[in-house]
Amino acid sequence: MIADQRRWERFTPQERLLRFTFYLVAVAAFMVSVQTVDVIPEFLYDAPEQVVDLFARMWPMDWKYYPKSVHEALIETLHIASLGTILSLALALPVGILAARNVVPVAAINQLAKLILVSSRSVNSLVWALLFVAIFGPGALAGTLAIAFRSIGFVGKLFGEALEEAQRGPVEALTAAGAPWPSVFLKAYWPQVQPAFWSIALFRWDINIRESAVLGLVGAGGIGVALDTALTLLYWDQVAVVLLTIFAVVILAEIIVTTIRSRII
Amino acid sequence: MTASGATNGAATNGSGQAGSAGTRSLSIRGLTKEYRRGTPVLKGITLDVAGQGITAIIGPSGTGKSTLIRCINRLVEPTEGEIWFQGIDLARLRGKALREARRRIGMVFQEYNLVERLSVMENLLCGRLGYVSPVRAWLRRFAQADIDRAFELLDIVGLKGFAGQRADALSGGQRQRVGIARAVMQRPDLLLADEPTSSLDPKTSVEIMELMADLTARNDIPVVLNIHNVELAKRFAVRIVGMAGGHVVFDGPPGDLRDEHLKQIYGGEGWLE
Repeated sequence: MIADQRRWERFTPQERLLRFTFYLVAVAAFMVSVQTVDVIPEFLYDAPEQVVDLFARMWPMDWKYYPKSVHEALIETLHIASLGTILSLALALPVGILAARNVVPVAAINQLAKLILVSSRSVNSLVWALLFVAIFGPGALAGTLAIAFRSIGFVGKLFGEALEEAQRGPVEALTAAGAPWPSVFLKAYWPQVQPAFWSIALFRWDINIRESAVLGLVGAGGIGVALDTALTLLYWDQVAVVLLTIFAVVILAEIIVTTIRSRII
Repeated sequence: MTASGATNGAATNGSGQAGSAGTRSLSIRGLTKEYRRGTPVLKGITLDVAGQGITAIIGPSGTGKSTLIRCINRLVEPTEGEIWFQGIDLARLRGKALREARRRIGMVFQEYNLVERLSVMENLLCGRLGYVSPVRAWLRRFAQADIDRAFELLDIVGLKGFAGQRADALSGGQRQRVGIARAVMQRPDLLLADEPTSSLDPKTSVEIMELMADLTARNDIPVVLNIHNVELAKRFAVRIVGMAGGHVVFDGPPGDLRDEHLKQIYGGEGWLE
């Protein structure tokens, strides 16, 4: 046993082979995708011209379009986002609780709750909107429900995970004091997850402002309707106004959310 | 031995058998706990605890002291055996009956287990949650008698003026004082303590033990606690139970505890000076 015979290597030969295979597969996958996408070179070459042309048509913006159609639609978008978020909170709260394995220690219920959360998340807001437009007809109601149903999965998943990270100690203490389940939840779990819950809610509201802006494209109300109209009529100066409005509102929502979060946490 | 009937106005409803109603003694019969099948942590513990004074369980880490304490109020499910308290077999209780039994048994924890983001007052009132409906708890409609009692206990444990402080702003010793006060808020007929001083410095440990001994003696509450510090156990307990390998290997007053017992409990002897 001589000391300099001790060898050390970061990876075993097997691991090295695995890593090499991974890189090979990654490169191959990239090549295949490029071929499948089927880029037309001519369209790619004149893209810069198209962009310049588009901006030229957008300028000067048609500011009169804002009071005429955009403002009201914007308010409706905010309503859709906010109502949808509130509705989703009410729906996600129980599902999130059922999904948390430590709060409800019944595997079958956890799985069912997780299935609900996954189905909510796996469907895009626009698809939810199409569904609700088909059921309730076009308008803000369909948009609100689309936002709410897409958000259940997001809020419920994060809230359930926050619950699972809650410390067991206070729960034990209150259980040992003979507290019934609702009291244990209220006084041991809730105080621990409350900041997380409001933080998730604000975050989702922020996302929903953005998502509800495009719901109008499928007829589910809000500022997207104004965008859709302007796009169909090729009024690029009006499209520019709508886009700028959405941009401003998203920035504003971001500022509001950041401010509130720093206050409550 | 059995203490005289509950003198502290504690609820004794639910005690089924005549004769044992209202007593505060505890009788453990053949208690076994297996976390994994075939490897019992507790191997048929039989133990009678009188209805007064402090009974200290000592023993090496991992020998099931904590499991034994937690089986009594069913934070841990016993695998086999009986735990008789006030005429009820605690090991068999479920649902509402279990909650009603639990609220007569207070518990103090090593890590205090306070609700960090709630105030000291709310933490104390948490001790009453077994008696308060969830709706009233939600609306914070606690009985004035409970609030008065909480203020009184805060004075006794030396935390006068701390009612509005958040629990996470307190030091370890202060937290354990809140933990003890919360347990006493239950007006328990038995107090369990799982390593109540292990997270505290030596001086604070003594203060906490003094407080717990004083408060429970004053309210005539028997205490079962497990503790690492043998000196503290001998100083405060009326009875020492030594455990090793899931069995009780010593049982007697502190005066009878000799070095050979400690060798038997903890193994080896190099650590004894």
